Amino acid sequence: MNINDFIRNFADIFDDTPAEEFVPELPFKDLEEWSSLMALSLMSMVEDEYNVFLDRNDIENSCTVEDLFHTIQSK
Amino acid sequence: MAFLAFENVGISAMAACVPPKVSYSRDLTGLMSETEIEKTIESVGIREKRFAAEDVCASDLCYRAATQLIHDNGIDPESIDVLIFLSQTSDYRIPATAPILQQRLGLAQTTACFDINLGCSGFVYALSTAFAYASAKNVNRVLLLVGETFSRITSQRDRVNAPLYGDAGTATLVGKEDCGRSFFSLHSDGTGKDAVMIPAGGMRNPANTGNLEEKEAEDGNIRSDSQIYMDGLAVFNFAMRVVPKNIREILEQSGVALEEIDWLIFHQANKFMTDFFVKKLKIPAGKAPYCLDRYGNTSSASVPLTVVSELYGKPGKQQVLMSGFGAGLSWASAILSLGNCRISPLLEY
Repeated sequence: MNINDFIRNFADIFDDTPAEEFVPELPFKDLEEWSSLMALSLMSMVEDEYNVFLDRNDIENSCTVEDLFHTIQSK
Repeated sequence: MAFLAFENVGISAMAACVPPKVSYSRDLTGLMSETEIEKTIESVGIREKRFAAEDVCASDLCYRAATQLIHDNGIDPESIDVLIFLSQTSDYRIPATAPILQQRLGLAQTTACFDINLGCSGFVYALSTAFAYASAKNVNRVLLLVGETFSRITSQRDRVNAPLYGDAGTATLVGKEDCGRSFFSLHSDGTGKDAVMIPAGGMRNPANTGNLEEKEAEDGNIRSDSQIYMDGLAVFNFAMRVVPKNIREILEQSGVALEEIDWLIFHQANKFMTDFFVKKLKIPAGKAPYCLDRYGNTSSASVPLTVVSELYGKPGKQQVLMSGFGAGLSWASAILSLGNCRISPLLEY
């Protein structure tokens, strides 16, 4: 699992936010498009791609895309 | 382990009833922007749902479905041995609703009547109870009535719950049927009790003027402690973890192949979730019918409502897999044949 692939997969679940905005330091919850439905898409994508179940605390405790990546790696 | 198998017991008939009043998701403009509404409709999949009139309870919707079922199938009410009512929006705290329905439906005083209280897994659970009774030597017919009026317990100022819940009542007649073997797999996890909850109004937190008042909750939504709360992410996470696993488990334990299943009837929670299951289990999309676009999440009524609204008039041998999951946390699946089941057209009341 590498961070560039993860960023690409993460960016893919967004419809309106340009892919180039997705960098490791991005505070993703500040994105206008972020919502609880996006959180569901994130959980679904992570389970699909990495066979890891993210829970709400994992998402709440992650500030940046990189934090999410490390959380997934550690599970 | 609650894995149950039955033989020569099956569903003889089904009927369902929804109220005529339509609540459109596009009218949620007081809760969210038009763009958010569009996205919610697209992801959650609910365009509209039905709300019961103020004087109509879940038991009334079930009563209407039951009278239709009895009429359409020429059933003698006195031939019904057991009546089970499952709801979390029953008529009274005391008494149970089933005896009230026994009297209204003209069933004999020799009928065993009782309520079961479970959420969205409830139909599958209660159906297993109905099958168990119908397997008993002197029991020929069990009438299972499952209905909800969640519109009564949902704050229409709660962005999480207001877009979801609709009302419906259903009737399922179970009896001795030559339809092979049926299987049920039942599960529970009380560690998740807080994920879907009405915190007040029971004995743990009795109703008082404070917990009847709608106010801003920690999550920013406006509701009272006497109205439904749901941690959507926790429930989604739970369902993702358990539902595909439970379906694989029942297929394995029953020895039935996924290819032998004609229809997978999922609890209609939200489209996003069902799409996830369909993809995860590699189910051909057309085999998992939806009715939540028109009726929303009707809690325990959603599985039988989907059968009635989507399978009425559909030919075939109709081997079905049913899956319910929700408050408790509680989840259950069943494999059974609807080959002998006569489905009445969907009613409005």
